Amino acid sequence: MSRALRLNPVACAGHGACAELLPELISLDEWGYPVLAPGPVPAGLARRARRAVAACPALALAMATAGSADSAHSEKTQSQDRAGPSAGPARLRT
Amino acid sequence: MTVTSPAGPVPPGLSARPPGPALPRLLPPGGRPGGLAGHLAVLGPLPYRGGPGRLIADVAASGLTGRGGAAFPVARKLAAVAAGRRPVVVGNGAESEPLSGKDAALLRAAPHLVLDGLQLAAEAVGACRAILAVHPGGYAGGALTGALAQRQAAGLDRVPVELAEATGGFLTGQETALVSALNGGLGRPAFTPPRVSERGVGGHPTLVQNVETLSHLALIARYGAAWFRSVGTGAEPGSMLATAWQADGRAAVTEATLGTPLGRLLDLRGPVQAVLVGGYHGTWLPAGQAAGLALSNASLHPAGAAAGAGVLAALPAGRCGLAETARVTRYLALASSGQCGPCLNGLPRIAAGLAELAGARPRPTVIHDLERWAGLTSGRGACHHPDGTVRFVRSALVTFAAETAAHAAGWCTAPGAAPFLLVPADQTAASGGRR
Amino acid sequence: MTADTALWYASRATGVVCLLLMTAVVLLGILVTRQGRLPGLPRFAVTGLHRNLSLLAVLFLVIHVLTAILDPFVAIGLAATVVPLASPYRPVWIGLGAVAFDLMAALVLTSLARARIGRRAWRAVHWLAYACWPLSLAHGLGSSGDLRSGPLLWLSAACAAAVAAALAVRALAWAGQVPPASRAAAELARQEAAARQQAAAARPEAAVRQEDLLARRQAVLGGQDTALARHHAALAAGTGLAAREAGR
Repeated sequence: MSRALRLNPVACAGHGACAELLPELISLDEWGYPVLAPGPVPAGLARRARRAVAACPALALAMATAGSADSAHSEKTQSQDRAGPSAGPARLRT
Repeated sequence: MTVTSPAGPVPPGLSARPPGPALPRLLPPGGRPGGLAGHLAVLGPLPYRGGPGRLIADVAASGLTGRGGAAFPVARKLAAVAAGRRPVVVGNGAESEPLSGKDAALLRAAPHLVLDGLQLAAEAVGACRAILAVHPGGYAGGALTGALAQRQAAGLDRVPVELAEATGGFLTGQETALVSALNGGLGRPAFTPPRVSERGVGGHPTLVQNVETLSHLALIARYGAAWFRSVGTGAEPGSMLATAWQADGRAAVTEATLGTPLGRLLDLRGPVQAVLVGGYHGTWLPAGQAAGLALSNASLHPAGAAAGAGVLAALPAGRCGLAETARVTRYLALASSGQCGPCLNGLPRIAAGLAELAGARPRPTVIHDLERWAGLTSGRGACHHPDGTVRFVRSALVTFAAETAAHAAGWCTAPGAAPFLLVPADQTAASGGRR
Repeated sequence: MTADTALWYASRATGVVCLLLMTAVVLLGILVTRQGRLPGLPRFAVTGLHRNLSLLAVLFLVIHVLTAILDPFVAIGLAATVVPLASPYRPVWIGLGAVAFDLMAALVLTSLARARIGRRAWRAVHWLAYACWPLSLAHGLGSSGDLRSGPLLWLSAACAAAVAAALAVRALAWAGQVPPASRAAAELARQEAAARQQAAAARPEAAVRQEDLLARRQAVLGGQDTALARHHAALAAGTGLAAREAGR
């Protein structure tokens, strides 16, 4: 079962521990907030990913089953931006 | 025996009725005077189906999508919430988009239609609690409370309706922000999961639907899915309310079928330079391009736009598109709830950069900074506020490229022009509570 | 020191080590909230040390408690470790230790299970750390005379001073933070000021460039274009876009 990293941007305070522990998948933007690589976590990095999740002081990082709507949040919004707005789950206004 | 009317099969349990109204459906001219009695005289009794879940099939057949901006299939939402325990239904009339006036118009002119829809939705999901959230001042001088009192007296409402007044911030109409405010919280958007359809008001599964969507629901329950589909396109059936701002500054709420050419809603013959489609989270399009498009996602998506909540604004020539965009972006930056790092950092920088771009002699690096910040901000918040703002800004940079070049060269096509787009004076971010 | 008193000494010694470790844990915890760093160490080391030292403190705490119970010199029953005032020997001071022990257990158990109980519950319980440390110090000061004289007195004073200083920093930071509703406005004001500053600094070059462009344009168009002439007139009269900007 492949899992993907999921970030809670409200909880994230930009500590940056995750990027140090998992530089293959997480980098920091110019404001210190993490940018996650999309897609599932490769099998070889799973252990390191779990360690990064445990190390977050704000408990903002989590591993979710890839392909579920949860982990696909950032992918979905990124593709929304590229291809123009699309009818995703009602988030902004209903 | 199925009873058929000219508009298609009539839902079971109802005798043959006169065919449902052609356009306009939601806001007939002259309204439906006579309060509740007048409403029922024209539309007939409130067609309760006698149990949860029965309306959902009709809604699915009708293809009704949400009219609050995201166009999510209503039947899917109903089904998701109906599956939960003790759900709550919320009618979203907060209308926090400054350019939109359709929800206010609906609540003023056809409150009983909205309230019918609220009751039917509550029955469909099995809710025992219903809340109607309105814009500040949206109690409309007691008109809504009066309407509710009439329904109470007539014993029409099976679920008691609570009225709630949203605060005026731009994000207060956002689904999770609204639920947070109804729960007595700060009214700021929340990270999902859990979605409000799983855990919302009071921790219960919550259905949040725009008041226009509920109005369509009330009519579909009476006239059936086939009637709803009799206008519009195959993929996007039905009609929607649009708020159209003309180049002379006048605005009107019109009902249009999906697929109506934009040229019929906006007067694009005069000196119009650009059209804003979709409000402040929407897309700027050159007037010429907009004239060839229609009010449907099938037509607008390839152009990078979306119908959204039906907000259309024509920017006349003689205004500076960059200055307008900069003013609005400043408002959008202030509207950020400041919870997510990328949004809190990115939007103010984008706003300041746009202000410089719209001013005299911007530095040549500003455009590159704007592009970088846009890329870093979009898609990285808990809600779609940063995404929508970036879409708005990027489309402005494309549509007003000539103006950008002029500013870089040191002149503006419309220096000192009066502001055109409406930006509320009270620019505090979304903040709490329910009154 | 005989075999009898070995347990008593062990309890007191592990108690002191526990206090030291817990002091370090509190200091590191506050450092984490300030997003501070330890020199020469990566960022994750601050949280890592905080976590590992707290687990080490638990180990020493368990030994401290066990040796105290098993020691025949003083009568402290098993119940007294978690139930305050249940100890026949110095019930109040041991009781404080029992409360501190309970809080410590809550802190550690919730932290180990924080992924399961969720952020909010975990954070709510973690606030108890600010109560746990002073209770432990009070317990140490009252349960035996060790910390009240000699070098150990200086040690406890140093620990107390360090924690007090860290708490002051934390409290000041909490008081000085911008309320969530105003963060966007504050950040926007900062960015607008920064943008104005940078634009003003870059202005001289831009001004030269603009004059060049206008001169070139004039030469090409021969000054026939009325709109352009209007612009030139406006610029000359200082009422153009630039002047409006400067006056704003």
